[in-house]
Amino acid sequence: MAAGSALAKDDVVETVRRRWMFRHPLVIRFAHWINVVCLAILLMSGLQIFNAHPALYWGAASTFDTPFVAITDDQRDDGSARGVTYVAGKSFDTSGWLGLSTFNGEATGRAFPAWMTVPAHQDLATGRRWHFLFAWAFVINGLIYLIYGIGTGQLRRRLIPDGDQMRGFGSSIREHLTLHFPEGDEAKRYNVLQKLTYFVVVLILLPLMLVTGLSMSPGVNAVVPLPDLFGGRQSARTIHFIVTNLLVLFVIVHVLLVLASGVWNNMRSMLTGWYVIERRKLPAGPEKIR
Amino acid sequence: MKPRLRIPAPHRRGFLSAAAGLLGVSALGGCDRFAVTPTGRQTLRLGEDANLFVQRLLLTPASLAKEFPDSEISPWFKPNGTVDPQDRDYKSLAGQNFGNWKLRVDGLVETPQDLSLADLRALPARTQTTRHDCVEGWSAIGKWTGVPLAEVLKRAGLKPEARYIVFHCADTMEYSMSGESENANPGMTARAEGDENQASDSKAAGAEAPDADEPTGTPIRYYESIDLTDAYHPQTILAYDLNGKALPVSNGAPLRLRVERQLGYKQAKYVMRIEVRDSLKGIGEGGGGYWEDRGYEWYAGI
Repeated sequence: MAAGSALAKDDVVETVRRRWMFRHPLVIRFAHWINVVCLAILLMSGLQIFNAHPALYWGAASTFDTPFVAITDDQRDDGSARGVTYVAGKSFDTSGWLGLSTFNGEATGRAFPAWMTVPAHQDLATGRRWHFLFAWAFVINGLIYLIYGIGTGQLRRRLIPDGDQMRGFGSSIREHLTLHFPEGDEAKRYNVLQKLTYFVVVLILLPLMLVTGLSMSPGVNAVVPLPDLFGGRQSARTIHFIVTNLLVLFVIVHVLLVLASGVWNNMRSMLTGWYVIERRKLPAGPEKIR
Repeated sequence: MKPRLRIPAPHRRGFLSAAAGLLGVSALGGCDRFAVTPTGRQTLRLGEDANLFVQRLLLTPASLAKEFPDSEISPWFKPNGTVDPQDRDYKSLAGQNFGNWKLRVDGLVETPQDLSLADLRALPARTQTTRHDCVEGWSAIGKWTGVPLAEVLKRAGLKPEARYIVFHCADTMEYSMSGESENANPGMTARAEGDENQASDSKAAGAEAPDADEPTGTPIRYYESIDLTDAYHPQTILAYDLNGKALPVSNGAPLRLRVERQLGYKQAKYVMRIEVRDSLKGIGEGGGGYWEDRGYEWYAGI
């Protein structure tokens, strides 16, 4: 309802009708939150594993002198320690963050800092255990999601833009840039950028993580020559790392947009399933959707 | 004037969400505490147990690790772990170019063997250019020549109880401090058997008493194990050549294991003795290998 006690004569009173919509079925909600836990632990244990050899290469084998990316520590001219990150031949001082960071109050040479890794201290064996356990959980959860999503048509509805949406591609970009999101009927479905992003994440990036991960397994390689898909095992490892970064970027944007487009409505719908559609109505004239 | 929009903030839900978020963060902090409890250790193993189960389901004796053309051989095969064993016995063998070295094959076999390098080179050989994948994440490609482990096992003849092949190596990784007091700890039985193995190593190597200035305690030398599935795989070889030349000390001279469908720490270097056993109990802490007893998985297929 429009608020304010002192309405001027020419003020237009607008009513907002709230319509409840059941948006997220139980399976989707469970799959979402299990995925949150899996990806968090896979990321942190993955950084622990990366720290065991913090360099990336291209091809089948490692070219130790010429890594594509390397994170290490060395000494400045004055003898003080610094963290340094190499990317494609260029070096950056990343002290305190990458290469050299504080662990238990001491400056420690390690690629990713302790607060980002599971376990916090350097322990490759336990990091691998976390990684594989949650990789299995991630795969099983993902399979349930896909089977359910395909069977019920949810996947198509969520990930594939409708014909009219593709034509509205430009205006959807504008909406995102200005943080104005659709209301009314248009809010009942995901917008086109949302669908395309989820499509890329769900059907391309996440499966790529699994396949590049399996490409690093000498056992799996003897059954299916997966590394050949990516130009070799070390390339697969590099892609595994790059896609990790893309997924982190996705999560940051995803969370920011959840915050910007109505955090409680979004959170409620992902927890209980129920989403509120706002519909503004002017007293006279046709219903207006923004 | 713009119409004002009012949405009542569902405070309770907000509080709950924030609480859930906080719980999540503290759960991540609790990961490390969980991992060291017995339940935590058991739970964390499940993933690797599943890896073994699925890989054993998929892998057949005909599933071969990829073999590369010679053009892809790494210019430098990164040596890792021990690169220059300081053990006296080993150094004296290396000083004579391993002319006196003999591989002991014993345990659950019909005919124990003592095979010199010349004996091994006279057996059928296999050459394979394969990718070595370290558990740390790097890879190197090398051309290995050696005798298939199956050939050696065939000559020794396995007893029906045989299940595991254990590799005892020459390089000391660390010194166990329980060397003197026999009843010092519950690991005593394991240690006592370890001493036996080591005694056999020394016999095979024709060793003398250790120097007085050597570190005190019992040396823990590298050890590894595989089961018969991998032992009889055609690419499982005891390699004596790397890239067409005698295996250098840094890469495990005179003999190292190649078990190509597993990670680098399974590829035992400086192999002195092959012991056939019915179980892994009594070897080190029972995990089946030096790194396995320090938390790494026995099956290293991923």
